[in-house]
Amino acid sequence: MGALLILVGYFLGLAFDSAIAGLVIAVLVWVVLSLVAYFQGDSILLGMSRAKKIKPDDHPRLYNVVEEMKIASGLEKVPDIYIIDDPALNAFATGRDPNRASVAITSGLLQKLNRDELQGVMAHEISHVRNRDVLLMAMCSVLLGTIVILAYYGSRFLFLGGTGSRRSSSSKGGGQGQIIILVVALVFIILAPIFAQLIYFAISRKREYLADASSALYTRYPEGLASALEKLAASPEQLKSANQATAPMYIINPFRKKGLKASDLTSTHPPVSERIRILRAMAGASFNNYDQAYRHVHGGKGVIAVASLAAETIPIATVKLEGEAGELDEVQRARETSDVMWRLSNYRTIACDCGARLRVPPNFKEPQIKCPHCGRTHQV
Amino acid sequence: MIPGIIIGVVVVVVGIFLWANYNGLVRLRNQVKNAWAQIDVQLKRRYDLIPNLVETVKGYMKHERETLEAVTKARNLAQQASSAGAGERAKAEGELSSALSRLLAVVERYPDLKANQNFLALQEELTSTENKISFSRQFYNDSVLKYNNQTHMVPSNIVASMFGFKAGEFFEVTLAAEREAPKVSFTQ
Repeated sequence: MGALLILVGYFLGLAFDSAIAGLVIAVLVWVVLSLVAYFQGDSILLGMSRAKKIKPDDHPRLYNVVEEMKIASGLEKVPDIYIIDDPALNAFATGRDPNRASVAITSGLLQKLNRDELQGVMAHEISHVRNRDVLLMAMCSVLLGTIVILAYYGSRFLFLGGTGSRRSSSSKGGGQGQIIILVVALVFIILAPIFAQLIYFAISRKREYLADASSALYTRYPEGLASALEKLAASPEQLKSANQATAPMYIINPFRKKGLKASDLTSTHPPVSERIRILRAMAGASFNNYDQAYRHVHGGKGVIAVASLAAETIPIATVKLEGEAGELDEVQRARETSDVMWRLSNYRTIACDCGARLRVPPNFKEPQIKCPHCGRTHQV
Repeated sequence: MIPGIIIGVVVVVVGIFLWANYNGLVRLRNQVKNAWAQIDVQLKRRYDLIPNLVETVKGYMKHERETLEAVTKARNLAQQASSAGAGERAKAEGELSSALSRLLAVVERYPDLKANQNFLALQEELTSTENKISFSRQFYNDSVLKYNNQTHMVPSNIVASMFGFKAGEFFEVTLAAEREAPKVSFTQ
């Protein structure tokens, strides 16, 4: 998108016969686009991924889990909850402030996770909302874009003596001082956008660690998120609707490739295996415990800001039993999720006595329907 | 002239100090109040769910009269204790939680019941309400801790004692049994 803008700015600059105008216009357009992304980003993102909003009755378990995490995090309002009909495993949060936030989860992930894992994932997403990461990453991307544009125009001034204007460079032979300045400027112009990009990714990764730590703190149960991440990492499917700008908001990087090097500098997310190891190395559920676990796994300095390290150790909730009373297995969850998806597309489900389930499309007008399996007729 | 300026600066600085600390304390106190209201909402919700649950389960569990009665009794006691102080209340709610977890553990012996849609929906509601109670208690205690720290630490403790901000009371679970995971045994 940045490159496109530069092109637009360039041609506008040609039209106005001034490079400055082009520069100003490019920056202005970039700011406007970023503002649109900030104010309308959630509806655009949710619309693009064809996410369907659910009510509490549609999927009580999902709604309850989100509400539990809303309570644990102290948010004032339950975020809107969306399901994306996609077999890929992912989830994201969006919305510019905590009172106008949404969380979304793919149907694939929803049927894969048990209650504790779902809780861990939702706690991660809610902490993105709570920590205002959407706002932070929007700001960062505005700065990043501005730096890229400025560097580009800077290089044009340097080499061509101004874009658009057809004047030839008048001053000739500046002496050594000027050459040094030129070289320094050149290096600066080449490196600035690269560093800006790297810093952007570094901030994004740091916010992921913070969201993981918050998830452990809210649920008091780091193992839930750890085992959810394990399931996420094992899936090769990629989310179709993700794009580079929204990537920091997902639970794991939607563009991850197999066999990527662990400490990749150009990734919005830390490597999943490392996140799992940190979560499993936690001796308690506080930020302090996460920080210690991080230093243990990763070495070097901690990852959580010192100011929020006040709380000592908080005990982890007792280990929950797998297959606890009332826990559905994966087949039941898959059936439940597909029921919800059909219902959200306005299909009606009729359970026949022979065990077959009839999905009646919304434009079906007949008063009766015959079961194709056993031949009984049902009222629609 | 110069002493006047100095006095003025001191007044402004003290004013800003009081203003910022007072507002911070009020914000935290409101958060504590709010968190307490949250616990209340969830506890009330549990009182409402239990009669439904007992009604649904009764038909299936002929031999568990005692367990069911214990739940009903604990619920009524807890409801009566809801006007009492945090300590007494926490005890009554703890009893109710452990009575409920005994009931849900017994359910494992009744496959018919586990297939009942109505019961499954109720069970999800109950599990979630239990979780919401413990999460709201967790948030309440975190808020109380933050607020109490603020009322005791220098310099905000000066403002706290000036305007009468009292330390809050924690909502502790008195029963050890409630913290343990329910033990499910499949042998009869």
